[in-house]
Amino acid sequence: MADKKVSITREYLKGLWDENPVLRSLLGLCPVLAVTNSAINGLAMGLATTFVLLTSSIIISLVRKVIPHQVRIASFIVIIATFVTVADRFLAAYFPPISKDLGPYVPLIVVNCIILGRQEAFSSRNSLGRSILDSSGMGTGFILVLILLGGFREIFGSGTFFGMTVLGEWFDPWMVMILPPGAFLGLGLFIGLTNWINAWRAKA
Amino acid sequence: MKLILIFISAAVVNNFVLSYFLGICPFVGVSKKISSAVSMGMAVTFVMTIAAVVTWLIYHLILVPASLEILEYVSFILVIASLVQLVEMFVRKISKPLYDALGIYLPLITTNCAILGLALFAVLRDYAFIESLVFGVGAGAGFTLAITIMAGIREQLELAKVPKSFEGAGITMIVAAALALAFMGFAGLISV
Repeated sequence: MADKKVSITREYLKGLWDENPVLRSLLGLCPVLAVTNSAINGLAMGLATTFVLLTSSIIISLVRKVIPHQVRIASFIVIIATFVTVADRFLAAYFPPISKDLGPYVPLIVVNCIILGRQEAFSSRNSLGRSILDSSGMGTGFILVLILLGGFREIFGSGTFFGMTVLGEWFDPWMVMILPPGAFLGLGLFIGLTNWINAWRAKA
Repeated sequence: MKLILIFISAAVVNNFVLSYFLGICPFVGVSKKISSAVSMGMAVTFVMTIAAVVTWLIYHLILVPASLEILEYVSFILVIASLVQLVEMFVRKISKPLYDALGIYLPLITTNCAILGLALFAVLRDYAFIESLVFGVGAGAGFTLAITIMAGIREQLELAKVPKSFEGAGITMIVAAALALAFMGFAGLISV
């Protein structure tokens, strides 16, 4: 019993660090770079992606025995694209400013490799419960990276965090951080830092 | 004149990789050698041009008249996935040398978000048929340019002493930051 419980928590926790989709597997980098010019955009994108990941995992896990093996990728994509349309319409209806900020990156969730990757590697082979745990873990890991990177860029690029001023008048914002080069630089540093921490942990 | 502006804008000013962050996966994955980077760039340009034309036709001749714009994403991604397969078969039939040159890069393109991004941007900006076509070619040229420069730099990096934690993806991102900074020099050149 105890053994099983540990492995269930693991199913969720692995997405946060050990198999973090962005920092470890380097998946879904396009949205990570594109929408993290502020923490709030990062959070919105993370939630939208997690919603799509979770809902399509549920459906795919339920119908996994019905889908013929040869056409599984095409079926996955149709299911994913349907939920992306739902998420896109929802954002446009209830949060128009965020929807406008994210622009075509919401529909681009369709080709986010994290989602297709999890369906192919996990949900199409595992039970509903485990698929839910796995995809919510991956989603949480994705949201965390987006908020951290968005916050990092927002703090240095505009001196605010979630719109609140954190660095006072004395701070001259580094414009470059909220422009494209800042995204590459921030992610590069994050990936390097992750590798460094892992190397340090392995040694300790 | 407008067509030239669209081309330059898509190729350098708003480079797909360095300012829209589309197609990052192949940009990081296939930029170790100049020769494979050029092949990947060619394959992407090829599919982008065809995808721009076909998605324009689907959107304006089928989805809009039937007021089914809500199906935009589902139909675009299906069309692109099948298009890549079709192009692969077609190229193998008509030009064996080209097929060999593109090799495994053709099927990889389905998962390249730059293609879907291109189709979405073309709809968003209300491009006419010829404009979409030029936009596709320009975006492809921009992608080829960026990935080739990156491969050139990474070939030199092999000889450099990079901190252990930053080897691979980390340093590639930081080099990309420098490249993006350089490409920002084009900003304000034209606005489309």
